[in-house]
Amino acid sequence: MSNKTLPTWIDVGVIPLINVCLAFLVSGFVILLIGESPLEAVQYMITGAFGYAEGIGYTLYYSTNFIFTGLAVAVAFHAGLFNIGGEGQAYIGGLGVGLMCMSLDSFMPWWALIPFAIAAGAAFGAAWAFIPAYLQAYRGSHVVITTIMFNFIASALMVYLLVNVLIEPGTMSPQSRVIADAAILPSMKDVFAVFGVNIANSPLNIALFLALICCVLVWLLLWHTRLGYAIRMIGFNEQAAVYSGINTRRTIVITMCISGALAAMVGINEVMGAQGRVLLDYVAGAGFTGIAVSLMGRNHPVGIIIASLLFGALYQGGAELSFEVPSITRDLVVVIQGLVILFCGALSLMIKPTIEKLFMKFFAAKESANV
Amino acid sequence: MLSQDNTSQGTDRSPAIDLRKINKSFGPVKANKNVDLIVAKGSIHGIVGENGAGKSTLMSILYGFYEADSGEIWVNGKLTSIHSSKDAIATGIGMVHQHFMLIDTFTVLENVMLGAEQSSSLKQSKKSARAELQRLSVEFGLAVDPDAITGDLAVGLQQRVEILKALYRGAEILILDEPTGVLTPQEVQQLFDILSALRERGVSVMLITHKLQEIIAITDEVTVMRGGTMVATRETAKTNKEELAELMVGRKVLLEVDKESANPQQVLLEAVNLTLRDSAGVARLDDVSLQVRAGEIVGIAGVSGNGQTELLDVLSGISAVQQGSVVLNGVTIDKDNVLNAKDFRHLSLGHVAEDRHKQGMVTQFSARECAIMGFQDEPEFNGRLLMDNAAVTEHCTNLMQQFDVRPNNPHLKAANFSGGNQQKLCIAREIERQPKVLLVGQPTRGVDIGAIEFIHQQIVSLRDAGNAVLVVSVELEEVMSLCDRILVMFEGRIVGEMAAVDADAQKLGLLMGNAGGDDSATGVATQ
Repeated sequence: MSNKTLPTWIDVGVIPLINVCLAFLVSGFVILLIGESPLEAVQYMITGAFGYAEGIGYTLYYSTNFIFTGLAVAVAFHAGLFNIGGEGQAYIGGLGVGLMCMSLDSFMPWWALIPFAIAAGAAFGAAWAFIPAYLQAYRGSHVVITTIMFNFIASALMVYLLVNVLIEPGTMSPQSRVIADAAILPSMKDVFAVFGVNIANSPLNIALFLALICCVLVWLLLWHTRLGYAIRMIGFNEQAAVYSGINTRRTIVITMCISGALAAMVGINEVMGAQGRVLLDYVAGAGFTGIAVSLMGRNHPVGIIIASLLFGALYQGGAELSFEVPSITRDLVVVIQGLVILFCGALSLMIKPTIEKLFMKFFAAKESANV
Repeated sequence: MLSQDNTSQGTDRSPAIDLRKINKSFGPVKANKNVDLIVAKGSIHGIVGENGAGKSTLMSILYGFYEADSGEIWVNGKLTSIHSSKDAIATGIGMVHQHFMLIDTFTVLENVMLGAEQSSSLKQSKKSARAELQRLSVEFGLAVDPDAITGDLAVGLQQRVEILKALYRGAEILILDEPTGVLTPQEVQQLFDILSALRERGVSVMLITHKLQEIIAITDEVTVMRGGTMVATRETAKTNKEELAELMVGRKVLLEVDKESANPQQVLLEAVNLTLRDSAGVARLDDVSLQVRAGEIVGIAGVSGNGQTELLDVLSGISAVQQGSVVLNGVTIDKDNVLNAKDFRHLSLGHVAEDRHKQGMVTQFSARECAIMGFQDEPEFNGRLLMDNAAVTEHCTNLMQQFDVRPNNPHLKAANFSGGNQQKLCIAREIERQPKVLLVGQPTRGVDIGAIEFIHQQIVSLRDAGNAVLVVSVELEEVMSLCDRILVMFEGRIVGEMAAVDADAQKLGLLMGNAGGDDSATGVATQ
């Protein structure tokens, strides 16, 4: 009933915007409480994220990860599955990317290697999502619980592998050897240099284009393929899907595998790009942020790009803020990010009834004025 | 007895309910427009109207779920404002909901007193409630064992508990919302006896229903609503079903299904000794065998929840066959040859689901997406990689034109169509391919009278084209008028069979309640 009353632009435009503003308002109070000026803080954050070339590079680099994990959550969400395991899937996916790169980097340059790296990452990420998916579809274990558990398993497994197996001989830190330079994805600086444009150095690399391609592919998948039709039908009404002769169990497993593969693309951005090696905890919460990104972007690729930009800016601007204002620690920046997630994700429908009432009032007034 | 001018404080001659110029809008939709309604004290007042005519809104206003935008509510000659159901109860208004508001694991006594305990001590409350319940049972002839577990009672008795609950709270005005939907004809008769007893003791009853024969059978006066307005109030004795139907729809309607007699040919659908157990091991289908022939409509009558849903699920491939087999167009489907719903469709089966919101359509989808459900893999809707969305849209547009689905907009969300148009779209989808066998569950549930006529015509013309149709419906009238042969289901078994021409509500009702278990009494073939 309620979703009929509001036009789309308010539902997907105005409401998220108000939510973000509310989050910033509360953040402002928190900053006031510790005796700093909120306005100054906002200024630092905005300049940090967008004010100079290197900052923009970092913002987009973070956004790339969030697009991947956001798409991963969104695809599963359309099938009514809440994939909390993006973190673990990205982590294990990165392992696949790393292993493939390390075994082939002496033979081929990045442009020949990338299809293999993508395939390996996708396979690893999908495999990590397959087990919870199978358990959900055929055994009834809830995917939320199992994917959370699999994050921990992934984390423990990676520590073991990095400490005992993949560690670069003769070093102390748990990380693999560096991938050969020629096999590492070109950074945006290199790309722009080809066209004679000089931009600042940053971890931003061509994985951003892969992220945008994935957005298009996900859009095609969900709204222009039979599989997408089946996925969405299961998400809305599983009984109707059975009625339509859709193999719901198999579709659930496939959907989760696609979701895991998308999350694994973080490995392309990090392992094959920014970091150039597999290292401990390189996902750094991007899998969880993906949940907020997807919720805020209404599980639509376009929304996810916008939300990813916001969260990328929050990460980069927040880092800048804690650097510039020592009393605003890294933890406080996490609080601000948490508030945005809280308002945009968990409380995303809180203000909807109020907006609806206001809108109806305005609308009704306009109606009667027209009569 | 309907003295309009009497607005002075509570004399006996003032009506029980007097609604004046009630208006209620939901956004741009005007659900009630200047509604006036007078219900005389100690009478049974029927309110009829199609879905969306505003009956439920009006009753919700009276019972405090909604507040009217404007208008006055006079109860027993007093201007009253009702903001919540608590206010309504305090004013002496009680409501029996279509879906019972009872706690199955509580005893009758506990259910009756729940929320209206006389004392903070449970023991004390029960004691006084028991005495009061006893008094009410005797006074109104509503015998129910106060210590029975509510969930164990038959549906008719549960309804009595609902009525007792209202009376226990001091209701003098009782609203019943579609009270007969889940009752057998015999239980309906018992309910009517109770309502008559209530009327004799001065209780006013408002009966909301879409079943016109019930209005004729029990009410003193009847009000017809259409499009949010009161279109007419009639003394029941001076009107008839046809007039009421016409008032409801706004044009003449055909209540009887217009069809030639059937000409059954070869068997197209056969169930052989089907047994289906649920996860708890209870047999939902118990050794069901039946045949449906080309050129006939077979109806399955029964109180809902006696295995009809499970039968449709097995016959359409939604549930796998566990025991026994289904023979569809010569293909045997059993434990060793499990097919899904799509495979069944490929064997030329159409299936209009019993509950379109749960099964037959996805209300969040657009109409065009709903129009290909079950046929999503057909080559005509698919390119090599992507779906051919233009073809999907065109298909829906064609269906909408052929079956008069309104509004004729394939991109509109399915939820935004009326019940009748949703059902037309579902039926269009299934009939369009002229399936050899059509299963139809509740062909006209939640469908307005105008569309019922159309849907029945479509089903009959599919039969006349030489196809087999199996109809499941809880509406006895519908089964009797639409079908050629009738099977009765009770607790997962087929307990009777008769030609539609030999059937009447009495005979079917006895079978539905399994009173015909001793087959000599009814002379009906039982299995």
